[in-house]
Amino acid sequence: MSELRGYLRSDGRKGIRNVVAVAYLVECAHHVAREIALPWRENEVHAIGFPGCYPNPYAERMMEQLCTHPNVGAVLLISLGCESFNKYALERAVRATGRPVKTIVIQGTGGTRASIKEGRAWVEEQRSLLDETETVPMAVNELVIGTVCGGSDGTSGITGNPAAGRAFDQLIAEGAACIFEETGELIGCEHIMAARAITPELGAELEKSVAKAARYYATLGYGSFAAGNAEGGLSTIEEKSMGAYAKSGASPISGLIKPGDIPPKGGLYLLDVVPDGEVRFGFPNINDNAEIAELIACGAHCVLFVTGRGSVVGSAISPVVKICANPETYRRMSDDMDVDAGRILEGRASLDEVGTEIRDLVVSLAQGARTKSEELGHQEFILTYKSFEPLGPACLPAA
Amino acid sequence: MSHDPRLILLDPRDNVFVARTRLPAGEAIETGAGAATLDRDVPLAHKVARRAIAPGDKILKYGAPIGVATVAIAAGSHVHVQNMRSDYTPTYHLEDERKAGATQ
Repeated sequence: MSELRGYLRSDGRKGIRNVVAVAYLVECAHHVAREIALPWRENEVHAIGFPGCYPNPYAERMMEQLCTHPNVGAVLLISLGCESFNKYALERAVRATGRPVKTIVIQGTGGTRASIKEGRAWVEEQRSLLDETETVPMAVNELVIGTVCGGSDGTSGITGNPAAGRAFDQLIAEGAACIFEETGELIGCEHIMAARAITPELGAELEKSVAKAARYYATLGYGSFAAGNAEGGLSTIEEKSMGAYAKSGASPISGLIKPGDIPPKGGLYLLDVVPDGEVRFGFPNINDNAEIAELIACGAHCVLFVTGRGSVVGSAISPVVKICANPETYRRMSDDMDVDAGRILEGRASLDEVGTEIRDLVVSLAQGARTKSEELGHQEFILTYKSFEPLGPACLPAA
Repeated sequence: MSHDPRLILLDPRDNVFVARTRLPAGEAIETGAGAATLDRDVPLAHKVARRAIAPGDKILKYGAPIGVATVAIAAGSHVHVQNMRSDYTPTYHLEDERKAGATQ
């Protein structure tokens, strides 16, 4: 088997992609950013950004973590000019990592056409430099892997999610950091989950994070549950939760992190995605892509996405591995799916076999392989308002 | 006697099975404790009552409670939003009028 290769960054982390991120700092700059990236849609130039005009520390931290993600090699910031996003702080943070960075202010450059022209010229120059970057050997224990489920149905919790959990168990045994999330989809599982924490204090924090999610969703009047979940055979949020929880595998839980926190070492981490304090900005994550962006902001090199109904999405910055839990869906949508976990339901494969297949696929992404969603050009991205308090002292494992 | 191979029992404590494949209304199934008849079409991965469930009883899947029965449920019944509810937040679902009747 060929070795893993990565792009070495100044903070010691290694990337499995070498993306130019074109980041708009308000929706008003989105079109210009998208147009700049368009000619390289097949070649690792991704548009990301924040649509809001009001300042938000969470969004600014997310953007900083994404622009300094190990899969990113250079960053072009696109500002309209009058938005509140602190473009100076973001440019400074990116520059401090040694990455090439440039800010285009549309109002200063002379409008749409001039900004696109200037942006494309800079991206062209960066792309040709990045394409010459030497890679270095990389090990599985340098990988960070996230998992999410979306378009879940009654098969998700039986095939795809537990198979992703088996892959997590293998990767954690090899020293990788693995992150599972969506506390709103762990409602009903909090006590069994807390029993897996490496300390009782962390267990209490895990339970608190789920209680917070239950309160938050109760205020909003809807659980983290879409109409298609019911059509797929899931009757309640706690049934969906039991299936979603299976993604976490059986390893001990080493820590609780919030969006933008990088796991300090290998092991299994819960990502608490529900904002702290009063309900202020609406639903915690308005769709699956918001969850994927948060996992990537925590340093995920790739994201395992388990779907039963059949999601087609990918993401900017990091590849998304799509694991199809439902054999009927797989037969309809195989072009979009990397793994056919529905074989388990039909007795054509075991959970362990599919788990090993997923683990091997993750490793192959650091050996030059690309996912189906990458091949299809999926680069979804969304970031909205949230607010968080800092982590409690019991949340992270001792160094 | 073991249960019907077209149904999965995820945990011995469960009072529901999961359908391994689509099953039509009227189909005879073996619950392991006697025969029963499906009351509706059961799509892939939907739930079927393993035994009679009284109103207010917990629905158990994966060995854990996933909600509560809102009406008396006979063995062989499709267990879903029409006869159970969440103990947390109500379940949001859409009705497709084009399919109405097809699953009755």
